[in-house]
Order: sequence, then C-alpha cells, then structure tokens
Amino acid sequence: MGRSNRAILIGIIFVMVGLIFIIRLFVLQVIDPSYKYYADNNTQRKITQYPSRGLIYDRKGKLVVSNQPVYDIMVVPREVVAFDTTEFSKALDIPREELVEMLYNVKKAVRARKISGFKPSVFYKQLPASQYASFQEKLYLFKGFFAQRRTVRKYEYPNAAHVFGYVAEVNEQALKRDSYYALGDYTGISGIENSYESFLRGRKGARYVMVDVHGREKGPMRDGRMDTAAVAGKDINLSLDIDLQSYGELLMKNKIGSVIAIEPSSGEILSMVSSPGYDPALLVGRERSKNFPILSNDSLFPLLNRAIMSGYPPGSTFKTVMALIGLQEGVIRPSTTFPCSHGFHARGISVGCHTHRSPLNLIESISNSCNAYYCYTFRAVLDNPLIESPKIGMDKWKEYLNNFGFGNRLNSDFFNENRGFVPGRDYYDRIYNGSWASLTVISLSIGQGELLTTPLQMANMTAAIANKGFYYTPHIIKSIENDSLPARFNEIHYTGIDSIHFEPVIEGMAQAVSGEYGATARIARIPGIEVCGKTGTAQNPHGKDHAIFVAFAPKDNPKIAIAVYVENAGFGASTAAPIASLMIEKYLSESIHPSRTWLEQRILDLDLINNEKQ
Amino acid sequence: MRSNSSIKSIDRITVILYLVLVGFGWLNIFAANTDPEGQFVFDLSREYIKQLLWIAISFATIGVLMLIDSKFFVEFAYVFYIITTLLLIVVIFAGVEVNSARSWFQIGSFRFQPVEFAKVSTALAISRVLSRFQFSFTRFQDLLILGVVWLTPVAIIILQNDMGSSLVFFSFLLVFFREGMSPLFLVFGIVAIGIFILTLLIPNYQIELILAAAFFILLYLKKYRRHSFISLAIAAFVYGLSLLFFLERGEANHFAAIIIGMAVASVYLGFVALLRRYGALASYLLLFWGSMAFAYSSDYIYEKVLSDYQQSRIMVMLGLKEDPLGAGYNVNQSKIAIGSGGFSGKGFLQGTQTKFNFVPEQSTDFIFCTVGEEWGFMGTSTVILLFVALLLRLIFMAERQHSSFSRIYGYSVASIFFFHLLINIGMTIGLAPVIGIPLPFFSYGGSSLWGFSILLFIFVKLDTNRTELIR
Repeated sequence: MGRSNRAILIGIIFVMVGLIFIIRLFVLQVIDPSYKYYADNNTQRKITQYPSRGLIYDRKGKLVVSNQPVYDIMVVPREVVAFDTTEFSKALDIPREELVEMLYNVKKAVRARKISGFKPSVFYKQLPASQYASFQEKLYLFKGFFAQRRTVRKYEYPNAAHVFGYVAEVNEQALKRDSYYALGDYTGISGIENSYESFLRGRKGARYVMVDVHGREKGPMRDGRMDTAAVAGKDINLSLDIDLQSYGELLMKNKIGSVIAIEPSSGEILSMVSSPGYDPALLVGRERSKNFPILSNDSLFPLLNRAIMSGYPPGSTFKTVMALIGLQEGVIRPSTTFPCSHGFHARGISVGCHTHRSPLNLIESISNSCNAYYCYTFRAVLDNPLIESPKIGMDKWKEYLNNFGFGNRLNSDFFNENRGFVPGRDYYDRIYNGSWASLTVISLSIGQGELLTTPLQMANMTAAIANKGFYYTPHIIKSIENDSLPARFNEIHYTGIDSIHFEPVIEGMAQAVSGEYGATARIARIPGIEVCGKTGTAQNPHGKDHAIFVAFAPKDNPKIAIAVYVENAGFGASTAAPIASLMIEKYLSESIHPSRTWLEQRILDLDLINNEKQ
Repeated sequence: MRSNSSIKSIDRITVILYLVLVGFGWLNIFAANTDPEGQFVFDLSREYIKQLLWIAISFATIGVLMLIDSKFFVEFAYVFYIITTLLLIVVIFAGVEVNSARSWFQIGSFRFQPVEFAKVSTALAISRVLSRFQFSFTRFQDLLILGVVWLTPVAIIILQNDMGSSLVFFSFLLVFFREGMSPLFLVFGIVAIGIFILTLLIPNYQIELILAAAFFILLYLKKYRRHSFISLAIAAFVYGLSLLFFLERGEANHFAAIIIGMAVASVYLGFVALLRRYGALASYLLLFWGSMAFAYSSDYIYEKVLSDYQQSRIMVMLGLKEDPLGAGYNVNQSKIAIGSGGFSGKGFLQGTQTKFNFVPEQSTDFIFCTVGEEWGFMGTSTVILLFVALLLRLIFMAERQHSSFSRIYGYSVASIFFFHLLINIGMTIGLAPVIGIPLPFFSYGGSSLWGFSILLFIFVKLDTNRTELIR
C-alpha cells in the first residue's frame, strides 16, 4: 500500500464517519418522531389541580363534613443530598429508624426503576397542617424534598360515620372503570361519599408548566392557554338531623344494633345509627392506615353498617303487616276475633303466647301482641278457600311483602344494602320437597322463621303504615347544589293495601303505647305526643333475644317513623321501645320531658356489651 | 531558504473553518447557559463570558505562534514534551479532582488541564521521532523509542483516572499507519475491540479457544501449513494430557489446560522461527500471546478495575442492557434533545431540553445537543461537514509538506481532531460509549479551546514553510 494511497484511505475513513453521523442524525432528527414526543414529556408537566370536595350539611343546614389541608412530602431522589436524619424525623414526628427505612425504600424503588430518580414521588403522605408549619421552617435543610398541598375530610361531629363513609385513594378497579381518575386521586369508598362521588368530587383542573430536569417550574406553557381551573365539588344537604343522629348514637352506646328514623311523608332518613360505630375522623389521612385494621378486626364489627347490611327477623313488629294482608285479602275484618290459649295449637304444632284475655279482636291483638291471632290470620291467607292451594296463597303473601319493600334492596342512597330475605314457594318446595302447608311455615306469621329484614326495611314498613299505604324510597340526600335529586326518590311506591285497612292497625299500634289493657309498649308513652308503636322480640338461637320496636308519631300527620333493633336485649319493650320513644321525643319536642329523664338515664347507663361478657 | 514565512501563505481555508467553528461553538455555549429570554449578561461568572475571554486568549496565542520560527517547534519538541509530561505527573499530586479524575490545575477560579497541552507536545515529539532519518517500523530500537514517547503520557493519564483523555492518544495509530506501520495494527485495534466485547459475553476459556483457532488458521493461510498442523497436534495433545491431571473439568481448568497446550506448541513454533529465521512467525506468536493477555486483562479490568457504573455504561453502549434512567440516562436525554430539534431546529435560544438541564454536561461534553436541538438537522450536518472539511483540508495540507516533521504533525492534528469528533458526537447520538472528552472548539472549557487552537495553529505555522525542509 503506497503512502499516498494511505492518505486517501484516511480521508475516506474521515468522510465515512462523517457520513455515518449525518445518516444517523437524519434518522434521529427527521425520520423518527418519537424523540419529539419524549422531549415534550420531558419538559411539559401537567400539574393536576385538585378541587376541594363538596361540603356536606345536615337537614337544618349545619355543616357536618368539611375539608382540611394536609401536605404530601415529595422527594426527587436524585436531588437529595446528605442531611440530618434526626432533625428530619423530629420534624415529621416519626422515629429516626422509620425514616431511615423509608429513605432506604426510596433508594430501592429508584434502583428497581419503580420510581424515577429525577421526578417527584410521594415520600410521606398527608402530613397534618399543624405539623407542616414546623416542618416547613426546616424544609430548606432537606434538599430534594418539597411539600404538596392536598385536602382531606374534616368531620365536625364524631358521629354518623356509617352515613358518610370515607374517602381514600382510588384502587386499581376504579382506575380501570372510570377514566376520570388517575393514580393518587381520592374517591369516596363507602357511604354517601361513594354514592354522591360524582357530585362531591368536582372536576380536576390542570396547569401545564414547563419544568427543568429537577421538576422545578420554569413558567406556564403557552402562557397558560391550555390550563383548566379546578371546579370545586358540589355541596350537598342531607336529610340527616345531626343532633338526632348524635343523640341516637349516645343512646345506642354499649349496645349492638341499629336505629333508623324516616320522615314518612318524604322518605327522608332523619337518622341512621349503627352501633357500635366509630369516630369518622379515625379514617382520615394518615390515621386511616393505623385505625382501619383495628376497626376491621374488632369482634363487634364497628365498620359494618347494621342499619342496611344486617338481616334480622322482624319479630312481632311484622304482625302489623300480617294484619294488613289479612284485611286486604278479606280473610279478617277489624271485628274478627280469634281465641288464644297461651298460644296457637293445631295438629301437633304449637306457637306459644303470653298470658292475656281471650278472644281478642284485631286492634287488641296488635296492642297485646297476640301470637295466635296471626297464626290464624296467616292460615286464613294461605288456606283461603277462594284460591286453589296454599302455595298460591304463599305467592300472594310474598307479593305483599315485596310491595312493602321486603326481600329486595330498597335502592336507597347506599349501594351496599342487604336484600333481606322473603321465603316463597320455590324456597319451601326446595327444602320440603314440595310437600308443605300453611302450618309448616306458620312461624312466618309472627315475623320469625326464615324471614329476614334490615332495620331500614323495618323503618320503611313503619313509614308505609304511617302513610296508610305508600312510601317513598328511603334516602338521606336532601338536596344537591344546582342539581336535582335522583328521580327514584320522588316516586311513590304503593303497598297494594287500601288506606282504609290501616285505620285499625294504626289504632292497635296507638293502643299498644297508650292503651289500657295489655298495652305492650306503655313505656314509649310521651306526654303530649300520640305515639303509635309495635314491640317485637326476635328469638335468637345464639343468645338472648333481640329487642325490636317500630313506631311513628304523631298519630295524625306523622313526622317521624322509627325502627329500633337492639341485639341481645330481651323484650322489645325493655330497651328498644324506650330508645325509640326518646328519639321521637327528641325530634318532635327537642327535649326530654322531666318525667322521662329517668328513662333516658336508664338507657344511657345500660351496657349490653360489657355486661354480656361478664 | 527563506528565513521568514510570509503571512500571505497562511492557509485561509483552515483559518476560516476555525473561525466559523469557534464562533458557532460560542453561540451554542451562550444558548446552553442562558434562560429562555436569552439575555446577555456581562458577568465573569458566566460560562459564555469566560469562553469569550478564552477565545481572545487563543487569538492572541495564535498571533504569537505566527511570529515564532517554525524551527523552534522542531528544536524544542522534546523539551515541550518533557515539560508537559512532568506537568501530567505533578497534577496527580497538586491538582484538583473533577469528576473523579485528578487532571486539573486550579489557580483561583482559573482551571486548566495539562493533558490538552500534552496532546500538542506528544504530537510534536512523535513527529520528531518518526521524522528521524531512516526511522523504520520494523526496527526494534525505533519502535521502542516511539513506544516510550507515545505511551508514557497514556500511562500517566490513566493514573490520573482520566480514561477519556488517555484514549485520545490512540488516535496516533492513524499517524503511524500513514507513516508506514503495517495495516495489521489497525486490524489489531479492531480485533482488540472485538475481543473486549467477547470477554463481556462469553467465558474466558471460550475466547482462548477462538483465539487459538484463529492463530492456527492464520498460520495455515500464511503458508506455514506443516507447522500449523504440527503445533495444533502438540497443543491438542498437551491440552488433553493436562486435563487428565485436573480432577474436575471446570471452566478454570479448561482455561489452564488451553494455556499449557498453547505454551508447549509455542515453544515448538518459537524454535522453528529461531532456526529458520521466520520473522513473521515470531510476530504471529507475539500477536497471539498479546491477544491472550489482552483478553485476560480486559476481563480482569472490566470486572475488577471498572466501577459498577462504568461497567453498566459500557454494557448500555454495546446495547447489551437497556437502562434509560440509569447509565443510559445521559445518552437517552441527549438523543431526545437532538431528536427533538427536527429538520430545522427550534431556533436559537429556543431549546427546552438543553435549557432546562435535561442534558447533563450540556455546555461541555454534550454541547452537540444544543446544536441538535436549536439548529436541527441543518445545524448538525453543517457542523459535521465543517469538521470533515477541516480534516480533509488538514490531510491535504499535510501531504503538501516538504518536511516530514510537518507532515507527521499535520496528521497528528487531524487524527486527534478526528478522534474527539468520533467519540464526542458519537456518544451524543448513541454510537459511541459515554467518554468524557470535549468537542473541539465547541465544548466549553478554556484549556481545551486553547489547546486545540495551539495544536491547529502550530501546524498552520509549519504549513507556511511547507516548501522548505525544516530541520
């Protein structure tokens, strides 16, 4: 190879390398569009503007749920320089070891490429504003950390936790289901926070900014022309009466069960107590991760909303509906009497009853709560000679119950309602192989057997009786800011029973409270208010009977219908009736008559949870 | 012989290319260091102001160089070389550490890297060695002197932990090639890179096997057929025999057995070469053992000497590992910045990637990103064309020298520029590993601009005496 050839070869090498570079640059800069996309991703950052969640007021306009600021401490791992961990842990009020571990986890996540070393990630969630003040003063010491403001719920009362539900970060399912959400967004998980999420959440806004490699803002993109402002969530008013609610929770303290009060004329829920409950503030912000496991592991299930999720036998309170079915079917009249000799006895089947005079008419049967009367009535409905078989009678019976709202979700505001259970022909055909008769299922007549209802359904039944034949779907929403209520809450549901038939039943319920002979609920008498009520005691194979009481008042133009269910409290009159009457009195006259303060005190002192254990 | 070269004979094309590159380079340093408003602030702490100062210093130096007699560079080549070599040693002890390399002197806020001047003086010294009367690449004595002059700075710079700069000195291979070194050495260079990559991919003993096979094939092709068969038989026999002595046939034992087999075969071939005076055979033997040693040491260096991040940089560059947030981050961001420029660029001072610090070392090693982002493909291809034009011009100028010293020096300049270009632009577009060496005239840094200017203009000065024999 001659020397001048070598010079040419070297020249060719230079030109070739230049050519390769130019081709590569042509591909990089002109042909491949992906780098422009990456570049935009690099420098444009969408900063989500979180709207504040809608406020929640009670029926009298009292603010019950509001918002409070918290601060997420963010970290840009690559920017962190060595700092005093002791100082940092003091500022966050966590043990130093925990902080060191958190820092180690960040390092691990960066190495595992779970988070970017150059972009901010949440380091410490939801530092309360009170702590943030002192943390902020020291923030300059910790390079690579900054704070981002968020809002979380603030509860003005330690009550109605089950009603409100709680707010937490969206889970993966919700992310998939609704494209509105992004990772790290908050959403209502249960209660009305969940039901009215779409109103309460508002609309996220976005600010587009240019950022440098450290995520520091360098000014708005295109002078902010693409920005959208966050729209605050809509405020809502609940039909809940927060004072009545907290009184109810006070009365139910140390008892297991539920109290539901409804305004019959509208279906508005005035109070929904599930006991034991918890302070809703326990599930806010950082507290939740600590408290949630404690609450969910509690043997008394405080997270369970018994008012809508527990199916109980309605017991004797069901006699009211049984009487109405009998009247509508024409198998009894108000004057119809049935004998009772300490119960109902037929073909070897006995349903016991307490001691009272016999025979009783319809009104007396309710006020005295006679079991035998309803066994006869039930048989008369099923074994009606006008229909072919008791099975068809059973179908009719079930239809009435469905019309009263039993056996199905009522479609209230709460998505997690229990259906309850109304057994029917199919059910008994299955378990008795098709051979059964009215006597086989006779205990249904007094609200026992397989029949299961939720306290909400019982309260709804009471409201339907108070309305003499119809009800509105129970709901706890009263109004939504600049929006209308869901249409289903304005629909009237008829029970299929003529209003005339309600007169004797209501009279019986009035007699049960204020009557003379054999009145089972005398304890519910309130001076100046005519209360109509019905006691119930549900047999409980696992322990002491459950006490039940349903009532409405005043008798004319009722303002409140209530169902009280206290587990393991014995006779309905002993615990449930006082609670119901105190609630009614509190709601209608706003104070407890001096002659009844002893009763209030007795209930407050009653401790069924801790006594049972002893 | 004219005693003084005339200013008129200064190569105008080179000067113009130099001025255009320096000017465009400064604009990009300015762009990389201002906020989007692009305000010019006269403040000595700003990089673009400092660079302006360095440009002035460089111009002044060029003026002085033009006044110096060309003979001076020849006469004092070794003196410069010794001075800069000493500086390279001193900086290890007296210098400051930047990016883990101890290669900077710092006096006040003034910093410079002696390696920039070592490039110039080594180029002068090598030109001096190669231009000696009757220098031959086949004479051992000559090779020894050349090797010492060439590799002493490399060794010292490696001690400074400045890998990038030490690699630059390998650009002299092109000069050696031009001056008559066997082209095999260029092939060796490529083979060496191949071996290095192989060491990362496959176990050591397999590389040994490949090298041994290549060695025997080479012997066969080079008409040593008989000896290739005999030595292969010896090697295989000894290999098998020595394996018998090992209890287990693990990798390490294969490794050792191959070495023993090849060693015995080499003894045979060595005797043949000595008795028959086969010079080429001896050099093949040396080549083989050199490659073996290289394979072993590169594996050793990779595993034991290089840090984790250096290892992963190499792996990422070779495409053996994807890592956009770790070692690949620099290259990825650099490609994004360049790619986002499109055909015509975002416009002067309109770059967002470089301005918001997404690209690391944006005004030094990654200055080409600013060119790519703000001036687009038009800008980048222009810069490359300008550089290629300069390189070709330098070859052209070198070839027209009467004095071999000037010619060799000219090639040295071209080779050094070429290497910087190859690695620096190569790394910003993902074609070369991330090695921190500057882009001539573009990268911010006083001593680099100064050094490159001196390097170039000594040649421009020598070129004014192109028709003379400078002794």
